Amino acid sequence: MAASVTNTAETQRPVKLSCRNLWKVYGTKPKHYFDAFGYQIDVGALASRMRAEDHIPAAIDVTFDVHEGEIFVIMGLSGSGKSTVVRCLSRLIDANYGEVLLDGDNLLNKSDKELIDIRRHKMGMVFQNFGLMPHLTVLENVAFPLKLQGLSLRDQRERAQRVITLVDLDGREDAFPTELSGGQQQRVGIARSLAVEPEVWFLDEPFSALDPLIRRQMQDEFLRIQKVLHKSIVFITHDFLEALRIADRMAIMRDGKIVQMGTPEDLILHPADDYVAQFTSEVPRIRVLRAQACVIPATGDTSVMAHVPGSMIVESVLTELAENPSGVVVDDPDGHALGVITPVSLIQTLASVAEARDGGGA
Amino acid sequence: MGWPAVILVSASCVLAMGHLDWVAEFPSALQLPIGGLFNAIMKWMVTNTEPFFKAVTFVLSYPMGWMRGLLHWLPWSAFIAVLVIIAYRAGGAWLAGFTGISLLYVLGVDLWDEAMNSFALVFISVPLAVLIGFLLGVLGDASDRAKRAIMPLLDISQTIPAFAYLLPILLLFGFGPVVGLVASILFSFPPMVRNTMLGLRGVPLEIVESGLMSGATNAQLFWRVRIPSALKQILIGVNQTTMASLSMVIIASIIGGTADIGWEVLSTMRKAQFGESMIAGIVIALMAMILDRITFGLAEKQGSTMVKKSLVQRYFFPMSLLMVAGALVVMDDAVPFLGHWPDAWHLDLAGPLNQVIERFVIVSKPTVEAIKTACLFFVMLPFKIGLDKTVSPYTWGFAPTAWHVAGYAALIGLASLGAWRKGHVGLAVTALLGGLVFYIGLTDMPWIAILSILIWFAYRLGGRKLAIGTALGMLFLLVSGSWDKAMLSLYLCTIAVSLSFVMGASLGTLAAQYDGFSHFMRPINDTMQTLPPFVLLIPIVMIFKIGEFAALLAIIGYAYVPAFRYTEHGLRHVSETVVEAASSLGTSRAQMLFLVKMPLALPNIMLGLNQSIMYGIAMLVIAALVGTTGLGQEVYVGLSAGNFGQGFVAGIGMAIIAITADRFCQAWQHNHQHHVTKE
Repeated sequence: MAASVTNTAETQRPVKLSCRNLWKVYGTKPKHYFDAFGYQIDVGALASRMRAEDHIPAAIDVTFDVHEGEIFVIMGLSGSGKSTVVRCLSRLIDANYGEVLLDGDNLLNKSDKELIDIRRHKMGMVFQNFGLMPHLTVLENVAFPLKLQGLSLRDQRERAQRVITLVDLDGREDAFPTELSGGQQQRVGIARSLAVEPEVWFLDEPFSALDPLIRRQMQDEFLRIQKVLHKSIVFITHDFLEALRIADRMAIMRDGKIVQMGTPEDLILHPADDYVAQFTSEVPRIRVLRAQACVIPATGDTSVMAHVPGSMIVESVLTELAENPSGVVVDDPDGHALGVITPVSLIQTLASVAEARDGGGA
Repeated sequence: MGWPAVILVSASCVLAMGHLDWVAEFPSALQLPIGGLFNAIMKWMVTNTEPFFKAVTFVLSYPMGWMRGLLHWLPWSAFIAVLVIIAYRAGGAWLAGFTGISLLYVLGVDLWDEAMNSFALVFISVPLAVLIGFLLGVLGDASDRAKRAIMPLLDISQTIPAFAYLLPILLLFGFGPVVGLVASILFSFPPMVRNTMLGLRGVPLEIVESGLMSGATNAQLFWRVRIPSALKQILIGVNQTTMASLSMVIIASIIGGTADIGWEVLSTMRKAQFGESMIAGIVIALMAMILDRITFGLAEKQGSTMVKKSLVQRYFFPMSLLMVAGALVVMDDAVPFLGHWPDAWHLDLAGPLNQVIERFVIVSKPTVEAIKTACLFFVMLPFKIGLDKTVSPYTWGFAPTAWHVAGYAALIGLASLGAWRKGHVGLAVTALLGGLVFYIGLTDMPWIAILSILIWFAYRLGGRKLAIGTALGMLFLLVSGSWDKAMLSLYLCTIAVSLSFVMGASLGTLAAQYDGFSHFMRPINDTMQTLPPFVLLIPIVMIFKIGEFAALLAIIGYAYVPAFRYTEHGLRHVSETVVEAASSLGTSRAQMLFLVKMPLALPNIMLGLNQSIMYGIAMLVIAALVGTTGLGQEVYVGLSAGNFGQGFVAGIGMAIIAITADRFCQAWQHNHQHHVTKE
């Protein structure tokens, strides 16, 4: 499951949240599987043993890091354990084994009191069905975590108003949740989770309950907010395309295990197995691939060619190629040339990707 | 399987009962003095716990006294003003107007003091019952063990008729208004427990999680997240508790000494002063409706605790109440009629009303008598004592001959055979046994036959567990010597519930088809449900006189409503897609109703039947006031004779019938549901 091209800017930043060998097992006696450390020899065998003994391992040896300011997406179908993992991270569920390190500090050892304090200042969470209090107005809902902290009424109102403006809900402060559309309700949910100015932000399928068009809008909105706030984010979704759109890095989960982890491009170009390939096969390559992945070595004179950044999506490169039929030079962030793309080379690259996919999928 | 044995046993018992006494009657040597045992236990309790209960009485009598004092001291104008303002807040101008006019009616008919006494009891008992219910509900929600202890208690306390525990309370707490208070609290807290638990359990997990992620402590999570989210359901509990409390306050007045409105109804009814009784009954009905609409309205209203609110705005409502009341108390001196309703303004409605009633009774007598006799001779008596004793020249117009009997037997046999050939074995056996019961009469059936039939049905419906439960319940009835009375109750109840169900389900079906009819029936149903059952008796007794037929009507009037409501609800909420699919296949209106909607709504309709049975049994004791025989009468006699054991055994007997019927329905429903989901 090692990713080949992971040298993105995110991985160089310090780790904010780290999940190490996390297990969550449901059943009558989940604890006795973790008495000894022997299980680390063979994770798969232990999980099969649990299943054979009427226990359900919902999260199996889950390990990943979230870097500062990174959007880390966990993608999986229902029952894959993704919601369990995010709930273990926020300790809404207690994991059976493993560590969750926030700034190097293990959350699983925290007392209830410390945990409440962490939730009040460092964590925010957005829920699939919004989880709004039906008896409170928009403003009261957003101010609710602040009220629990015992802030003065003026501070509550001021800070709540700030995030309400951020999510573009000005003017609806006195409405009740039932008077809002789904998209607006989730804006309230987002505002509430941001009101405490958290460092780590969990979003559990935040847009899954919304219509496709609204979902798209909310994704853009989410990316816009993240551009301003730079939170460290764990984002859960069952929608592969959504994951591709917003992820800096992502993990695909199946039956409690992470089957592959990497950047969206990694997954598309190098699916670890047939399961991941099934998801990637439906994705239009030109919308995901970046210029840097399609370069060929420069032959001949490149001085007259136009330059494009390596992070440019291939779809946009097509427009550039239409204007520069002889090809474009692809630069890395520091301005050094990585190579060139010509119309012919691009067609060949895309064709080979498609071939590899069809061969792999058959 | 097993059915030939059941038929064989029943038939041979019927044949043998003329010759063997122990077949016809449960041998009295085997009966145990359970009633006496209860009496002894009670006596022991009374002597040993007297100081405790005396102390409770003493403590409770203070707030009682204060509340009574307050309500009597308060000028009528102040009381009405306060209630009207609350009504306005709960339900707008319409409810405020209704409340004002209703209370003016109470003043006009000179029953103000009696009404205040009843209100005083309700105002003290409701907060206490709500508090107890809320605490138990929270406990039941927090701990599974507590829940397992609480739930059966609730079941029992809601199926044992209220009358049955009036007497122990009377014995423990002594005479006086406190008895009414205690009885009313005991009777009215269960719905609060149920609704509190329901509400707390119904809070969506995500809301709890979002509360946790907002950093709520345990206390904050409970008071600021879970309780507010469950508030609506909890307030519905308050509404139900208020209604139960009022109805028990009325029932409790049967022990007298309370000088409240229930006593007024009862005493005038006993004196056959129907006009007076009717007038007081209307006061109760109005009180019930006011309390119901106000508490329900408050539950419906989403309370908003807006952040932006000044102190004055926040406390405007309670302040306005205090100020209006205060102003009226002060004005009392200057304008005397605001304090005491002048005697000259009292209306004498009773006299004219009595005349109207008399006229009506005389005019309608032939029709009424005809209906009554027809029902008695063709439905009630055959079921009670059997066709063999009912059919005579005086009743049916001919004497039964062997040919008639043979014809009847052939008819039953054909029906049974028809069912058999269509593969409905259960139905075939039911037809045979039903034919037998109608011929012999339920009360004349040998106990062994009834026992074996019931156990067989229990086994068929719910397996071994239900069969054993049924057997134990029936055994209690036999051993305690209540069997005969129980059969009398069963007979009346079966007829009343069957008629209620047929009437409720057909009307409900109509209402599901026609919106206009549904709108027309809604207020009628609401009224029937909010009326304390007592009041229902008044017009029925007026027209039909005392007797089993009047009791039958009273039960029907009370028990048809659930069948109506569940049927309408079930038919109206059949899945849209199924209805669309069916109409695309070209079903006619009738086919849609009978082939599509009815089968799908059946579980709901059966729930209505279940509820109708419960309501019917609850009404049985009240109906005993107008002259029925059976367990209801036993409860009532036990109460008036101060024989705790007698009343209590009968009460348990009724609870057994109610619980058995309930489990039968549930088992049937379970089987059916299973069947539907399998498809």
